[in-house]
Amino acid sequence: MTVLFGMFLLTLLVISAIGIVRARNLFVAVMLTGIFSLLMAANFFILDAADVALTEAAVGAGVSTVLLLGALALIPPNENRSKRVRWLVVSVVTLTAITLGYATFENPRLGDPEAPVHQHVAPWYLEQTPVLIDIPNVVTAVLGSYRGYDTLGEVLVVLTAGIGVLFLLGLPGAYGGRKTEDVARGRTYLSHHLVPQVVGQLLIPFIILFALYVQFHGEYGPGGGFQAGAIFAAALILFALIQGEREALTLIPPRVLVVLMATGALLYGSVGVLTMLLGANFLEYGVLSSDPVKGQQWGIILIELGVGISVASVLLAIYHAFAARGR
Amino acid sequence: MIGLYAVIAKPNLMKKLLGLSIFQAAVFLLYITLDKVEGGTAPIIQPGAVDQLYSNPLPQVLILTAIVVGISTIALGLAVVVRIFEAYGTIEDDEIQRADSQE
Repeated sequence: MTVLFGMFLLTLLVISAIGIVRARNLFVAVMLTGIFSLLMAANFFILDAADVALTEAAVGAGVSTVLLLGALALIPPNENRSKRVRWLVVSVVTLTAITLGYATFENPRLGDPEAPVHQHVAPWYLEQTPVLIDIPNVVTAVLGSYRGYDTLGEVLVVLTAGIGVLFLLGLPGAYGGRKTEDVARGRTYLSHHLVPQVVGQLLIPFIILFALYVQFHGEYGPGGGFQAGAIFAAALILFALIQGEREALTLIPPRVLVVLMATGALLYGSVGVLTMLLGANFLEYGVLSSDPVKGQQWGIILIELGVGISVASVLLAIYHAFAARGR
Repeated sequence: MIGLYAVIAKPNLMKKLLGLSIFQAAVFLLYITLDKVEGGTAPIIQPGAVDQLYSNPLPQVLILTAIVVGISTIALGLAVVVRIFEAYGTIEDDEIQRADSQE
């Protein structure tokens, strides 16, 4: 039954991917990308990857679509039709596909518990997490503690992307020389549509509440800093969409946003430095409290907070950089 | 595969970026598929369930990181595309190359 559903989803994925490539109108392509991400999230879910499904849904189908639309407002909406079929590319791609397909014949059967990927570190993680860290969500435990260094790198990558976008596009009031007063004010976007305004206003506090829930319950269920950050950014983007760009920039001034971007990463790094100051290695949380298990939990909460703050402010800053550009 | 075709063949820069995101998503799917254990469930340890079989958490962590990095790349790429449009007036690959070679 699950296999049937999985095959159905995969077929839909392929169809939407072909649709994205063939669509001439870029708006259609972006909408299809949103659908593609949602199908991808459903696929992750039936493959037991709950955290990944939540991240893909929040980030891929949610924020990514908004960013694509924001960029779409600034570039021509249609793609030039290419007359000839590029046979060389098609043959290269087909050759690669056949090679990859052949390589998968060597793979273990899907779902085989004896496969090598399940042998070495994974059972250790699954067994040791209740002993060492004592939080139910093993994915958060691995992300936050066993592979905490990688997650630090990831936060820095997000920060770098935010800095890069700010360099390229500028943010009125913070970088780029444009004043906040230049940005279009008021309800220029949805001023004639009552239903989105009313429903959006009602929804925003609940979305923020959900973001906070996901942030702090990341240890017990699917969730954690990245998903929470994306959902929080989505709530504020919704506010910007229905209230107007200038109001959103007044709500959270760009300078504050830029400072917040760095604060998240700084929080993460300081937890690491703190553990060093307390005598242990970088990011070894055990020393944060008298009980090593509690110390691990404290460490994970703090770094997830840093991640959430960073991701939320970077996504919001990138959105504002796009949205405030075209006026 | 479709993503790879889009990245190479489509002259429109925006399409290239969309193809890149399709490409990324396909790779994620590959990893997560490798990671499922038959009869297992999401790797969230239920209190009291002793003999529960869990799916491997490790690839999920890597893919989580990869998704976030992917969207950062797409965001940065979009910013570059917007600037290219403002500088050249077009986002078609061949027209940009023609404009460059005519300078």
